[in-house]
Amino acid sequence: MEKFLHSVILERDYCNGCTYCLDRCPTQAIRVRDGKAEIMTERCIDCGMCIKVCPYHAKGAQSDSLEMLKKFKYNVALPAISIYGQFGLEYDMNKVLNGFYQLGFDFVFDVAYAADLITQIQKKRVEEEGHVKPLISVYCPAVIRLIQMRFPTLIDHISQLESPSEVAARIARKKIEEMTGLAQEDIGVFYLTECPAKITSIRKPIGIEKSQINGAISLEAIYTKILRMYDDIEVVQQISKCSGKGIGWGMVGGQSYAMGAEDYLAVDGIDEVIKVLEQLELGKLNDIDFFEGYACVTGCVGGPLNPENPFIAKGRIRRLSAKYPQEVSMEAFGEITEDMLEWDEEIEPLPVMKLDADFKTALEKLSRIEALYHMLPGIDCGACGAPTCRALAEDIVMGRATLADCVVRKNNERKYNLSEER
Amino acid sequence: MSKALEMDRASAVMAYDYDVMKEDFAHAGSASSDIKKKCREIGLDKEIIRRIAVMTYEAEINIVIHSEGGVITVMLMSDRIEIWAVDKGPGIEDVELAMTAGYSTAKTSAREMGFGAGMGLPNMKKCCDEFVIESAKGESTRIKMVIRL
Ligand SMILES: Nc1ncnc2c1ncn2[C@@H]1O[C@H](COP(=O)(O)OP(=O)(O)OP(=O)(O)O)[C@@H](O)[C@H]1O
Ligand code: SF4
Ligand code: SF4
Ligand code: SF4
Ligand SMILES: [Mg+2]
Repeated sequence: MEKFLHSVILERDYCNGCTYCLDRCPTQAIRVRDGKAEIMTERCIDCGMCIKVCPYHAKGAQSDSLEMLKKFKYNVALPAISIYGQFGLEYDMNKVLNGFYQLGFDFVFDVAYAADLITQIQKKRVEEEGHVKPLISVYCPAVIRLIQMRFPTLIDHISQLESPSEVAARIARKKIEEMTGLAQEDIGVFYLTECPAKITSIRKPIGIEKSQINGAISLEAIYTKILRMYDDIEVVQQISKCSGKGIGWGMVGGQSYAMGAEDYLAVDGIDEVIKVLEQLELGKLNDIDFFEGYACVTGCVGGPLNPENPFIAKGRIRRLSAKYPQEVSMEAFGEITEDMLEWDEEIEPLPVMKLDADFKTALEKLSRIEALYHMLPGIDCGACGAPTCRALAEDIVMGRATLADCVVRKNNERKYNLSEER
Repeated sequence: MSKALEMDRASAVMAYDYDVMKEDFAHAGSASSDIKKKCREIGLDKEIIRRIAVMTYEAEINIVIHSEGGVITVMLMSDRIEIWAVDKGPGIEDVELAMTAGYSTAKTSAREMGFGAGMGLPNMKKCCDEFVIESAKGESTRIKMVIRL
């Protein structure tokens, strides 16, 4: 099997060894070693925070290029919902979507339209008597991975429905097979996306065995191409079939609005999401019906691979959402039953912070970490390459660093002259 | 007065003390969230971690709302976890009443923030394997909670 762990990667050549990304990473997954940042892959949730803050653009997302279309006889484009916020309101979004034909695709499916379908099923779940409260949206995979790592007792709350892009892929595949008689392996399905976490989910899905999507292309990569050719785009089809509510999925609160939910929480920005998840885990918010959390500020419209400013783009989503019809026919989906959209694999906790498989050894390691921590300055300057002094102490005990890595301590030997065997 | 409850710090592999200030709502919950992190590191079962978090949180909030301030101590031991909440008074006049579900003396200001359902103490008791509370009017309130592993 191909060894793929994460979409978020680091280009060593560009990394300047600064520590910008270090303390912005919500899972403390980054270390700077020998002047270059490294990602501890098992801890990374692909939230893309490090991509956003890196001034040298050393962090990026592993994505595919349009070249990959050559591998297939027939290619489908699935533009992410948040594309609706990337173009000024003077642009006709249906025309923009038709532009994908000119980029080499044979079929374009509106992911926002698939979101309309999920809205209906999700709404049913939320209104069901006796469902776990609150139901947690699966839409942001970074939040789901965070729950697996840090809030495992909330796993049972996850709604376990497929994402709009997966549903869109499944429907498009069926349609094209019927239309062309092509075998499934000849059909290439590409997600044009704003999101490294969603790219990771294509290659390493959560909740389903295999993704129906073959590749992911960054929205950023095709953005200027579309802008440049816009005047020449020929509109051959009504691709944009979604309702305004479907478009709303592109921003925080969109899912709840689409369902007409009353008791819901919509939270954006990973730090705020963590705070609310803490409250959820304490059982403090069990009267809430639905929770949608987004790693990115403003929601997916603020995704790391989107070219537009998150707030400007969110404003556009809001206006388009009001302009589009509020209800649309679901006929085009054919026969879709609820169980087809359900996840069939268990979501497992990811105890990546565990110090040792054996409890007593782990406890002993923890006490060594605390002892070491007391020998460190406690100023969390990051010069050692770890985000905090506590993280360095942990790295030392786990054999990833040494006490000598703390330059502050080394330069003030006398002040911190404490024996290691204290 | 001699205290029936004595903390056995020497048996703990690790002991964490968290100062909790009176009316410090902004930081309430930080002890709970920090101890959860430690419990994840030693690989405790997720349900046990959740219970520890709930007990610590409720104890923290009670010190913030009802007392003059105090300390939460969490002791990690090889066979159990002990959580202690010790404050500086003013104490509880009728402990049995305070333990009743739904009983609360929380002020309007606290109620407006979502506290005051009178469920904190009963919840703490429900979450642990051993619960001891010691208090009297004008004295400090001392709570010991044990989870056996
Ligand atoms: N540390 C304390 N010092 C003094 N009084 C306390 C202390 N802890 C609890 N009490 C008293 O016991 C009552 C019940 O406490 P409990 O935690 O069960 O409910 P609450 O704090 O009022 O509401 P909730 O915990 O549901 O927000 C409190 O209203 C208060 O009168
Ligand atoms: S993508 Fe997020 S979790 Fe992964 S290293 Fe970057 S900041 Fe950390
Ligand atoms: S908020 Fe959206 S774009 Fe951002 S990480 Fe989550 S799914 Fe991806
Ligand atoms: S003080 Fe030392 S241990 Fe702490 S962050 Fe700075 S270099 Fe690292
Ligand atoms: Mg209380």
